[in-house]
Amino acid sequence: MRFEKKDILDIGSLEPREISMILDTAQGMKEISERPVKKVPTLRGKTIVLFFQEPSTRTKLSFDTAAKRLSADCISISKSSSSIVKGETLIDTARNLEAMKPDVIVLRHPSSGAPHLIAKRVKASIINAGDGIHAHPSQSLLDMMTIREEKGKIEGLKISIIGDIAHSRVARSDITGFSKMSANVFICAPETMIPMGIENLGCTVSPNIETCIEGADVIMMLRIQKERQDNILFPTEREYATLFGLNKARLSLAKKDVIVMHPGPMNRGVEISSDVADSDHSLILEQVTNGVALRMALFYLVAGGGRHADSD
Amino acid sequence: MQILIKGAHLIDPGNINDKKDIIIKDNLIEAIVDPIVDPDFNQADNEPGTDVKTIDAGQMIVVPGLIDIHVHLREPGAEYKETIETGLLAAARGGFTSICSMPNTNPVNDNSQVTKFIINRANELGLSKVYPAGAITRGSLGQTLAEIYDMKQAGVVAVTDDGKPLENPNLMRRALEYCKGLDMPIFVHAEDVSIVDGGSMNEGFFATFWGIKGIPNAAESIMVVRDIALSELTNASVHFCHISTKESVEAIRQAKKRGVRVTCETAPHYFTLTDEDVKEYNTNFKMNPPLRSEEDRQAVIQGLMDGTIDLIASDHAPHSIIEKDMEFDMAAFGIVGLETSLSLSLKLVQDGFLTMEALVNKMAKNPAKIIGINNDIKPGSIADLTIIDPEDTFEINPETFKSKSRNTPFAGLKVKGSTFLTMVNGKVVYQRD
Repeated sequence: MRFEKKDILDIGSLEPREISMILDTAQGMKEISERPVKKVPTLRGKTIVLFFQEPSTRTKLSFDTAAKRLSADCISISKSSSSIVKGETLIDTARNLEAMKPDVIVLRHPSSGAPHLIAKRVKASIINAGDGIHAHPSQSLLDMMTIREEKGKIEGLKISIIGDIAHSRVARSDITGFSKMSANVFICAPETMIPMGIENLGCTVSPNIETCIEGADVIMMLRIQKERQDNILFPTEREYATLFGLNKARLSLAKKDVIVMHPGPMNRGVEISSDVADSDHSLILEQVTNGVALRMALFYLVAGGGRHADSD
Repeated sequence: MQILIKGAHLIDPGNINDKKDIIIKDNLIEAIVDPIVDPDFNQADNEPGTDVKTIDAGQMIVVPGLIDIHVHLREPGAEYKETIETGLLAAARGGFTSICSMPNTNPVNDNSQVTKFIINRANELGLSKVYPAGAITRGSLGQTLAEIYDMKQAGVVAVTDDGKPLENPNLMRRALEYCKGLDMPIFVHAEDVSIVDGGSMNEGFFATFWGIKGIPNAAESIMVVRDIALSELTNASVHFCHISTKESVEAIRQAKKRGVRVTCETAPHYFTLTDEDVKEYNTNFKMNPPLRSEEDRQAVIQGLMDGTIDLIASDHAPHSIIEKDMEFDMAAFGIVGLETSLSLSLKLVQDGFLTMEALVNKMAKNPAKIIGINNDIKPGSIADLTIIDPEDTFEINPETFKSKSRNTPFAGLKVKGSTFLTMVNGKVVYQRD
């Protein structure tokens, strides 16, 4: 089977079989990072541009590492180093990048839909590394990879997502992806952070965190963005932790073998207590490890053997 | 010279709804007569030497000149989007003999100098007529009243800070009282900007799905309810622009029942499209207020049917690709409407929601009343007429627009009914090829 998609824009546009193919490919890539020499020649001669218009440490480093382990030439530009600050439009910047013939452009952008806007206009594959509050497909895929690795499947699991759903692109992509792979998705947050109609993405809104966690196979905690504090969504971090924080007592309501995940960066003592974050249930660092393998798989599928049969 | 409009069905609600021929002399309607069968009309009824131009309008409907009271002409200041000339050419093609220009130009039309500039430019062109709306407050900044009487003397027919709301309720109260004394209508752009909070499409599942910040219905209805209260307090009349939600329609319906002096308009996109149509971040579906839910669309149609919504205005808002071909949340709000309004509104008649008479009221007679002009079709009246071809079926193609801008969500939509001819002051300003 060949991977036919030019771009990875969001989870909604991927078929379940395409998701499985990405996860299978990522599983194969994972071993490369365990070798003493962590590099294969698969994408030698390919050019990948990391175009990040929003601050990012882990995602950018993860894509960068993935590109280098596949021997691609990886170039990075940020908002301050791009002509956007000189008033150039996103489309013009993308066209200029295109003129230098990259094979893949990885885009992170504060506006929802920005990757869709440029995907229509450039020949290079676009991988969405997070657009506004819309989608973060590589994060959702690495979450699925981590769950599948641990549980052997995604189908039928109770997955609980807790935190700022309204402003989280990870939440949207996770809900869409998990429900597409037939998991039972439950969400919980203060009402101020539950966007209208979210249940139509394929989840159930729980009335409180206890109900949400009860019997869960997987708990995904989302970061509370301190910078949104002026946004009158909740009074204090202290009260948030009291009502919506994951601690040992709450964790005991879940299945015995529950796994705890977090897309990072964590606020210890706010959405997650330290003893939970550091417990055996926590797969938070495994997510980071899988992130590299998953992004290697995406590069391979859109720029390597997947779409172009002439590459090795 | 005389013009004979022959063979048409003439509809002027409350006046005529019949097959009549119309004779126009110079800028006036000279006579309305039973269909003329005499092939020698030219010779029989005319002074020797006058030549008569006959417009064959068989199968057509002649109505009082349509009026769009909500148009952004962009000149002065943003001539790359639209000029008074291109806007008026678009108006003529859309069947509008008169329009109200919104004051949010640069400089803002908040003084008689700008008003005179717009009127003089329109007079030079001799196309459709412009009745400018002036700003309520200086610079439309919502701080102090503009010189409304001076603008009225120069030709302003209404005041509005359209594009943004008048946030301060006390200033709104005083503006209503002041304008009541001047007999000057106030057009309200009803929006609570704090609850909009940077949103750019209707709040609901589709905004959640696309990850676009939502604008709730209450952003509009809160201000509608506030200004109904201020209208009751001051007994001044208020006209609400571009009503889009079921809550606003209901609030206005109840206010009218109580005898409050409120009127309102909606735009064709609010009874044609919903937020489900906003796909793939297409910024031609982005306007303010945003496309709402199906429930709201139905409520708007209901409001048009029961008379709660007095009229249809397009909110013609031209933008170039510089403001539109970009990220959805950063793109400008607004769509062009002059050249699609009539065809989209005729669908209300085709679908049985409105009679043709009711539609003529909403697009010609009620707008005329609001801005205090008369467009009755009577002998001696100014010959401002629109001839509609109700059967013309075509696909909306933005490339054919006379407007400078192409920002429409209706490209490719199949519609029935178009402008056959537009006459202003007895002069044909548009005739379909």
